[in-house]
Amino acid sequence: MPKVTLRVNGREVSGEVEGRTLLVQFLRESLGMTGTHVGCDTSQCGACTVHVNGLQVKSCTTFAMDVDGAEVTTIEGMANADGSLSVIQQAFQDHHGLQCGFCTPGMVMAAAALLKDNPKPSEAEIRHHLEGNICRCTGYHNIVKAILAASGQDVSAIAAE
Amino acid sequence: MPKDGIGAATKRREDVRFLTGNGRYTDDINLRGQAYVWFVRSQVAHGKITKLDTSDAAKMPGVIRIFTGDDFAQVGGVPCGWQVTDRHGKPMLEPKHPVLAQGKVRYVGDAIAAVVAETEAQARDAAEALVVDIEELPAVIDMKAAVKAGSPLVHEDIGSNLCYDWGFVEENKAAVDAAFAKADHVTTLELVNNRLVPNAMEPRVAVGDYDFSTDHHTLYTTSQNPHVIRLLMGAFVLGIPEHKLRVVAPDVGGGFGSKIFHYIEEAFVTFAAKQLRRPVKWTAQRSESFITDAHGRDHVTKIELALSKDGTFQAIRTETYANMGAYLSTFAPSVPTWLHGTLMAGNYRTPLIYVNVKAVFTNTVPVDAYRGAGRPEATYQLERVIDKAARELKMDPIALRRKNFVTEFPYQTPVAVVYDTGNYNATMDKLSEMADLAGFEKRRAASAAKGRLRGLGVNCYIEACGIAPSHLVGQLGARAGLYESATVRVNATGNIVVMTGSHSHGQGHETAFPQVVADLIGIPAENVEIVHGDTANTPMGMGTYGSRSLAVGGSALVKATNKIISKAKKIAAHLLEASEEDIELKEGKFSVAGTDKSVDWGSVCLAAYVPHNYPLESLEPGLEETAFYDPSNFTYPAGAYACEVEVDPDTGKVTICSFAAADDFGNIVNPMIVEGQVHGGLGQGIGQALLEGAVYDENGQLLSGSYMDYAMPRADDVPFYKVDHSCQTPCTHNPLGVKGCGEAGAIGSPPAVVNAVIDALQRGGHDVTHIDMPLSPSRVWAAMNQA
Repeated sequence: MPKVTLRVNGREVSGEVEGRTLLVQFLRESLGMTGTHVGCDTSQCGACTVHVNGLQVKSCTTFAMDVDGAEVTTIEGMANADGSLSVIQQAFQDHHGLQCGFCTPGMVMAAAALLKDNPKPSEAEIRHHLEGNICRCTGYHNIVKAILAASGQDVSAIAAE
Repeated sequence: MPKDGIGAATKRREDVRFLTGNGRYTDDINLRGQAYVWFVRSQVAHGKITKLDTSDAAKMPGVIRIFTGDDFAQVGGVPCGWQVTDRHGKPMLEPKHPVLAQGKVRYVGDAIAAVVAETEAQARDAAEALVVDIEELPAVIDMKAAVKAGSPLVHEDIGSNLCYDWGFVEENKAAVDAAFAKADHVTTLELVNNRLVPNAMEPRVAVGDYDFSTDHHTLYTTSQNPHVIRLLMGAFVLGIPEHKLRVVAPDVGGGFGSKIFHYIEEAFVTFAAKQLRRPVKWTAQRSESFITDAHGRDHVTKIELALSKDGTFQAIRTETYANMGAYLSTFAPSVPTWLHGTLMAGNYRTPLIYVNVKAVFTNTVPVDAYRGAGRPEATYQLERVIDKAARELKMDPIALRRKNFVTEFPYQTPVAVVYDTGNYNATMDKLSEMADLAGFEKRRAASAAKGRLRGLGVNCYIEACGIAPSHLVGQLGARAGLYESATVRVNATGNIVVMTGSHSHGQGHETAFPQVVADLIGIPAENVEIVHGDTANTPMGMGTYGSRSLAVGGSALVKATNKIISKAKKIAAHLLEASEEDIELKEGKFSVAGTDKSVDWGSVCLAAYVPHNYPLESLEPGLEETAFYDPSNFTYPAGAYACEVEVDPDTGKVTICSFAAADDFGNIVNPMIVEGQVHGGLGQGIGQALLEGAVYDENGQLLSGSYMDYAMPRADDVPFYKVDHSCQTPCTHNPLGVKGCGEAGAIGSPPAVVNAVIDALQRGGHDVTHIDMPLSPSRVWAAMNQA
């Protein structure tokens, strides 16, 4: 079987894969990094979102072989170096932007990608950016609010805390 | 009171693991030597299996064994947990539900065979090589056609597709008919409560394990109620006694009802693990979830409301066809009956009500409880017919509702239940203020200037939560009790572990339940930890659904904690050489009333476990108590919701401009969590109203069988919501005065959205009185352009 080598959250990893092995399978099954989730089989839900070479991608529709040599960041690599929650993660907790937690890794990865390119997004820009990430628990209210807060914008006028 | 006790918006402790990828969901569990199963499922809705040849598949790489219906011939079927008695006193028809199909398939998705292999890919490859010939039979999809004479039968052996014909309250029927015969005005509405797919983001997963040295089975599963699964599967399907069967539901990625039920895949992996003496894992693909997770709603209803000239409600009469799907899922028969008929009074004084429900078998996925379960169906038809009546009588829809509100409590409805408390005018007042109803006309004019039709929809809802008094549900056909349990274990240095029979799959028990214990004792909530989701570690409990965790599970927690406090006071009295009656507990300290003598919580706990100075002659050492709580009534959250929409007359597209929800949940433990629950319910309710719908073609193929085809709300489909829970009439019969908040949003929001769209069209000059959900652009546009 072919072998792939990539850097995941700054650490070099390698493993044998089949041609059909998806990046998310490689992460979850070969590396045991189960923070990235699979919520659908049509690339719609976004629970599997990771960053590949700095870009937001769905790891359920990416072959592991296609990212040979790439720099991959997953939810496990998002906390601060000292293990504390990053600004985005902390905002999700502060504003109750998660309930069951299953879509959350993808939401955090999507939010991080958005804020990298657009540090002060509007509410509409956030909602639009999250089109590829489905949450069934929160009705999105507190996710959007958390991302606004993570970008340093005042959310006190948004109803409910 | 500690700062993080009852009423504090404490941040959730479970979030840290979910935000860092450290959650432990069932699919994250991999056992040594694990094999994988892939189910071969029927691709036709109805047929006889004429050939099932596993020989080629069995030779495929990695295949360990292929199971078929024959392997389960001696195994029990999946049981139904609720028996409904029909109008004539006869029990419902109850077909067998085998683990794997026995000669016949009854819906697309019905499991025919199960291939177990070394890897999931190998199991899937081998499944492709399995040869199945099915002689197709005509599919029964439409409910009204299904109950006509001569219809093909989903189950020949029970002789009919009519599961039951239920009348409630049957004795009222003649009086209701008489009231209609002489009513000043009758408003009639025929509607469909659209079939939904629950779609928890985590697909179902089950891992079976077997230890032959101890004859011990373990099932890891995505369940809202592991004890219920242990009981149903152990006692009824596989014949495994409870002490040899452990069921673990670790972190569960949402449920919304769909993970209450016992599914065949759970029984399969548990059975196969013993047969193969190795763990067996199944992970649903999303497209598999669509055709195997129980669906929700799917009612076809005619409702009539009789009113006097002045708008006083006189009687309600309904006739509903409720889809059961191909088999009876665990609680399916209760949903259109006891969770629906009993709520038909709504928030109103209607003296006479008759509800008729015909439950029908069809060649579709089984239908069962989904967020709200029966109550959204009741609320939707009632709040829609009231709006229609207001229009016909040229009355203000809010005034018509207020005129008929129940205002005195307790209130005995004509549909069995007794509302203990409520204040429907208060929530309506609050709604008017927060939604700025007075400013609507100005906003409408602004929308009109942009060429958009703006509408306002308002409605009320009531629900029955905290299921339920066991003695009552027993009379109504439940084959289970519906209490809840808690064990409070105080450790030697005073910190606490609580084992609860409730289960958290997003509701935040791990944060909210400690707030209750901390409040009662007066210690920081961080000193209390919650254990749930494992039958080996928790007392027998019925799990989480029906907004029952805090109302029932929380009440058990209060009971157990009060037992702890009672015993701790005895220990404190001994240590302080005082009488037990004189001991007061405040802020984690026991003191003797009227003195400065005191001993802190930690010292009392230590004395219980190091009983050197301890009344051993009258008191056992240790500090651990268990309580079971069985409520005396349901709880009745209620509220008023308002939705404003804009309709684009060129396309029929509906945009939600604002949504306001004023709820009365009684007392609140964690307002942040409560608001989150309402947001989520609103999201799903708006989804039902505008986007979602499971669609079968006439052959029984599910056309909306993936996220490409089944539209769920995305972030840009919904607005920020305004929610309020300041109107609080505490529940009168549970110790916390809480009512439950998990389903309210999903129950109350669909009629608000539809009322708003109809209002927009009417104000825009279109004589449209009803559109069935989901209100897609094409449906709205067609309604506008036909009328």
